[in-house]
Amino acid sequence: MQHRSPLDRINDFALKIATVNGTGSASANSLLMQAIFRMGIPVSGKNIFPSNIQGLPTWYEIRVNHRGHTARTPRFDLIVALNNATYRKDIAELQPGGYLLHDSTWPLAAELRRDDVHFLGIPLARMCGEAFSDGREKLLMKNIAYVGALAALLDIPLELINQLLGEQYGSKKKLIESNYRAVRLGYDYAKQHFECPLPLRLEPMAPPDDLILIDGNTATALGCLYAGATVGAWYPITPATSVMDAFRRFCERYRKDPETGKNRYLIVQAEDELAAAGVVVGAGWAGARAFTPTSGPGLSLMNEFIGLAYYAEVPSVFIIVQRTGPSTGMPTRTQQADLLLAAYASHGDTKHIVLLPADPEECFTMAVQAFDLAERFQTPVFLLTDLDIGMNDWVCRKFRWDDAYRPDRGKMLDAEQLEKMQAFYRYLDVDGDGIPYRTRPGVHAKGAYFTRGSGHNKYGGYTEDAEEYAEVMERLARKVASAAHAVPPSVIHTREGAEIGIVAAGSSNPAVLEAVELLAEQGIAADYLRVRGFPFDPAVEEFLMAHEVNFVVEQNRDGQLKSLLTLETRVPKERLRSVRYFGGLPLSADHVVRGVLQALEVPA
Amino acid sequence: MTTSFPKPKVRHPGLPVNALGLTQRDYEGAMSTLCAGCGHDSITAAFVRAFWELGIPPHQVAKLSGIGCSSKTPTYFLSGAHGFNAVHGRMPSIATGAAAANRHLILVGVSGDGDSLSIGLGQFCHAIRRNLNILYVLENNGVYGLTKGQFSASADVGSKTKKGEVNRNQPIDPVLVALSLGATFVARSFSGDKAQLVPILKAGLMHKGFAFVDVISPCVTFNDHEGSTKSYRYTRGHIREVVHADFVPVREEITASYEAGTTKDVTLHDGSVIRLRKVAPDYDPTDRDAVYAYVRACQRRGEVATGLLYVAQDQPEMHEIENTVDTPLVDLPFEQLCPGSAELERLMEEFR
Repeated sequence: MQHRSPLDRINDFALKIATVNGTGSASANSLLMQAIFRMGIPVSGKNIFPSNIQGLPTWYEIRVNHRGHTARTPRFDLIVALNNATYRKDIAELQPGGYLLHDSTWPLAAELRRDDVHFLGIPLARMCGEAFSDGREKLLMKNIAYVGALAALLDIPLELINQLLGEQYGSKKKLIESNYRAVRLGYDYAKQHFECPLPLRLEPMAPPDDLILIDGNTATALGCLYAGATVGAWYPITPATSVMDAFRRFCERYRKDPETGKNRYLIVQAEDELAAAGVVVGAGWAGARAFTPTSGPGLSLMNEFIGLAYYAEVPSVFIIVQRTGPSTGMPTRTQQADLLLAAYASHGDTKHIVLLPADPEECFTMAVQAFDLAERFQTPVFLLTDLDIGMNDWVCRKFRWDDAYRPDRGKMLDAEQLEKMQAFYRYLDVDGDGIPYRTRPGVHAKGAYFTRGSGHNKYGGYTEDAEEYAEVMERLARKVASAAHAVPPSVIHTREGAEIGIVAAGSSNPAVLEAVELLAEQGIAADYLRVRGFPFDPAVEEFLMAHEVNFVVEQNRDGQLKSLLTLETRVPKERLRSVRYFGGLPLSADHVVRGVLQALEVPA
Repeated sequence: MTTSFPKPKVRHPGLPVNALGLTQRDYEGAMSTLCAGCGHDSITAAFVRAFWELGIPPHQVAKLSGIGCSSKTPTYFLSGAHGFNAVHGRMPSIATGAAAANRHLILVGVSGDGDSLSIGLGQFCHAIRRNLNILYVLENNGVYGLTKGQFSASADVGSKTKKGEVNRNQPIDPVLVALSLGATFVARSFSGDKAQLVPILKAGLMHKGFAFVDVISPCVTFNDHEGSTKSYRYTRGHIREVVHADFVPVREEITASYEAGTTKDVTLHDGSVIRLRKVAPDYDPTDRDAVYAYVRACQRRGEVATGLLYVAQDQPEMHEIENTVDTPLVDLPFEQLCPGSAELERLMEEFR
């Protein structure tokens, strides 16, 4: 990428903060993020953290871009290097002409110097050591002090920082006072010693009135709350844990009986993911909206119950926040490598409805949809997100809610309807749409039936008869296939004169949107289709067939989305090319541009 | 080749009826497909009797099971109840979910020694920890029947398979497991002793919390031979009933009288009473540690202690622990679950 003039660098740069896990840098970093957000500047924050409680390196990356491109970029213009252990690597990642803020309490080793970057030394430890008496406070306030320094260097109004601290700590006056003191230490030092602001700086844009800053897991939990989910079961796992944490927080606030103080929800922290899935299936069978959040290792364990829920037709919602596999993999890194596992989870012939949100706003809306589809189609539904969406803060439009919404319970018979019926058979295709009627236990004597994962016929009876078995299996295939028209439709961005197509899903979206523009600057026009559901809506096949070459961009090694497109559409294999990144960091436009150019054999 | 056989619904006008006007036939299920003489069929008959005597409407019952011979049996009783034959060893989690969704359902779980003590040992233990409100019956025959005669985890050291192999691994005694994990109702019985089993099942159904009943249930095909410690013959020779339970429903008066000090009454949450007749003197079925020691001592002597061994009332069950509303969650109106658009708008301000 060409070196831009200093003027261009207003509201267009990336910075990275390197610290040690467990030293309190998270709250400092989110303070910084929030300040930039309040200034109305498009921003993203990526927390690159270790699978560790304390002591290992952690990074926080912030990208600001006035045009709204906030996918991760591997090019850093400013680095706050506060971790000795990673200095060498951090300094190496700085762009020529960039800035390196370091703690000058200790001298910087000569071999870590670079001639082509600017060093900004601030004695953070010394200043905080002098200003604060408590040992823990000295450590924590160092982080707040660098926020102060960045406020001066990047031109963030001090009043804004002050206001945010006030909002965050509320009545804890002492905490506000000490935080503000630390901010001033950094701010004043920077003002006195450097030319502030830097050419690399921020300028307020239109106030973000209609926007929020939220992570995907919180958004998903909010969707579960609004959809009326009452039973949640889970086993703690990174990066899905915060879904249930947030759901519990929301429930404590909105799901207490005002008179008795009793809970209108029940969360089961199960003994493992097998049991968590079982609780969801049991609750779904009994008529509740139930869900479990998990990640790859949990999904592996849940396969047994997913097959049961598919075959016995029990509504159930599985929220999969993907992380880097296989096996334990890298639990705190992102990936899209559980797509095939979700689509075909469990042994035997199965196929599942999968929803693919790209940001927290879609996590919210699609979580609600997941429950509706699970009940309408009486089958497991997967909400497939990832660590990047789930655990990082994203700028989104405010969520909206239509009060006319009522849960789609599908074909659920009540006592009155059952009373009038001659006989009820659970798996009979009465309407010819592949979806049978269901009942819930305890409602009416005529609604009783036997649910089983073993062979059954359309009347619900046990069978080992080839034709009876096949009849039910054929209907299940038709039923799930018909969901192609009910999943969220693909989003298509067309471009004048485009000859190539790009297909992607989920958190790849910001990088692909940016890449499409960068490619256009190089004279390569591309249409872009974002898949949002499986079974694929008809637009997917139409799009693929309309382009001679389609680049399938995804975050896994084996091209799982490409495989799925090959299997589930009529597109000839040779029309698909794979662009993959699977290192575990959020996808950047560079990956996409490079991948497409290489495949087109144009020198990058 | 449908392998489920409904029983013909013939109703003799002279059959006795229960409080709901239903006969025992109304509590039966499909024809059993188990081997003739299987202990499980006797337990099935005891279920029919217990539910009928209690006058429970069948459709309010959820019968849950895992996989195995024992897990097939819910098909053979209460055809008017909802049934769920789940996956191997995982019935407790299905039961937990069903109970979470609808606390008014009457749950009965049927499992086996393979299902509960091997593949599902974890789920069994954790359902006890949660004090799930369920009658959980383990039909214990010490052997895997459907896969033709392998030892299960409840097989005693030294017991022999039909082919003559000797078990060298320590057995897992579900009664001791349940006692040590804090189960609030622990019983052991024998499929051949209906007089003992029926009142235990009734008491277990009315108990609030996890009611565990281990029933020695001989496998006539694979584990009823010389050298087996789960055969009819061996069990009959080694059981020792230490406490006999009589179940007295709330609307009936206690009429029988016993010698002072030989009985103990336990009043259940609905007012019904379990009268425990102590066959062994000094036995206290409400002292967990003493019961544990007693059962262990019997075991060392080669005896199998049976009866309603331990019962604790007034322990909070899952919903009480979780402080859930009294109304089943499935019956809550949507308006009570969704905070609505105005609240969402307010909430959004917190994400700015």
